[in-house]
Amino acid sequence: MSIGVRFIERYQAGSSLVHSADARLKLLLTVAYIFAVTLTPVGHWLAFGLLAAPLAIAAAASRLPALLILRRSALALPFIVVAVPLLFTKEGDTLFTLQPFGWTASEEGLTAVLTILTKSWLSVVAAVVLTATTPALELLRAMRALGVPRILVATVSFMYRYLFVIADEAQRLLRARDSRSARLEGRRCGGSVWWRARVLGHMVGSLFLRSYERSERVYAAMQARGYDGEMRFLRDSVWRLTEIVVAVALVLYVTGVQVYARY
Amino acid sequence: MHATKARAAVDTAIGIADLRFAYPDGVQALRGVDLTIANGEKVALLGPNGAGKTTLLLHLNGILRGKGDIRIMGRRLNNGNLKHFRAQVGLVFENPDDQLFSPTVFDDVAFGPIHMGLPKDEVLERVRLALAQVGMAGFEERLPHHLSLGQKKRIAIATVLSMSPAILALDEPFSSLDPSARRELIHLLQALPQTMIVSTHHIPLIRHLFPRTVVMDDGRVVADGETEAILADAALLEAHGLEIF
Repeated sequence: MSIGVRFIERYQAGSSLVHSADARLKLLLTVAYIFAVTLTPVGHWLAFGLLAAPLAIAAAASRLPALLILRRSALALPFIVVAVPLLFTKEGDTLFTLQPFGWTASEEGLTAVLTILTKSWLSVVAAVVLTATTPALELLRAMRALGVPRILVATVSFMYRYLFVIADEAQRLLRARDSRSARLEGRRCGGSVWWRARVLGHMVGSLFLRSYERSERVYAAMQARGYDGEMRFLRDSVWRLTEIVVAVALVLYVTGVQVYARY
Repeated sequence: MHATKARAAVDTAIGIADLRFAYPDGVQALRGVDLTIANGEKVALLGPNGAGKTTLLLHLNGILRGKGDIRIMGRRLNNGNLKHFRAQVGLVFENPDDQLFSPTVFDDVAFGPIHMGLPKDEVLERVRLALAQVGMAGFEERLPHHLSLGQKKRIAIATVLSMSPAILALDEPFSSLDPSARRELIHLLQALPQTMIVSTHHIPLIRHLFPRTVVMDDGRVVADGETEAILADAALLEAHGLEIF
């Protein structure tokens, strides 16, 4: 069994339109979309609504379970924590005062926080839809085809390949520990917290060392087969006309929303 | 009748009835395993890759929990008493690098006893004894990752011997060992008094060590009997991807 496959793999197999679309197209559109969302002026709710529409359509067309998208989009939550201080630091009309500290929340601050939340959530949902409908390998090929530096693509592809190996290795270490974590009748077991923390620390350390040593072996094996830094793939796909039309239409739409929001 | 039953319970080290297990990805690894091993028996577990040998061994101390009945030394394994059995069944993993996760040999061999909450003198005594039993006395302060594979395997066995188990479950202990390290390990296993269940592909070794052999394939026990009889059955071995050479 591999815990890796269950916890790391993001791709959800499916046969929807979104699944079968060209990975380059999906990647390009996602990046363009995230740019557009990021550039939208603060507090322009109508623009955000207009931007959310194509994403909602894509999410619905992908036939991914809504719950899955929501759960994965929780990744955006940490941004709220970072954004919350804005509520009190922005100057503007007073909303309320946090008594013991005397901090004053402003309406402008609230708008800023909500905007950051909306932007990060929309961006994360777009990325979730992309990764859930595109196999990782396709995504890597798309990155390379779109001119992402090869060192970056290679790094991501190795991470993807060996995360599974390392997760399995971690699982085996944990199993070995559990196998020797025994209880004797009538005795307090488990050792001290400090001792357990130390054991865990050593396990993490040995996992790192092994991964590092493995990377050297992998690299040697790759060099032995003539690796020069470029991953080459056999299949070259061609752009389909409909996909280009969809891409152009979406980019125009998103740009239109931007123009509308600004002028 | 009752007397026989009670006697059987005491004499049986491992009793498995209709054990079934599927991994979360849907692979059915065990499809109804029945196996009884008497106290003091030394049993070889033979089978091709993917037969379910490791999965079966991982059930003996409750690391994996399948459907079915498992009794160790007459007591039924359930979710509440798992940790009790981890001291009774010493499970040694195939790759000693998985088993040895501590910075020094001493820390690794002492892990089990410390976790059991034993007093310091007893921990020291158990570590000393376990290392002496595997012929590695004096290696306490060595770093596990600087030892040879044969030494690592013996330390791995010491890490469970220090917990004084009644049963040893070894997963592929002979894999990747050179002939002399293999011979040393055979002598060690012959000398240990515990009930033993040992998975292996290495057919020539089975003759030396194990009077009884259990053959597994595709999640089932397909043969169980005297080692000589099973090794003489070339058709059986070939049918399950095993051969004598």
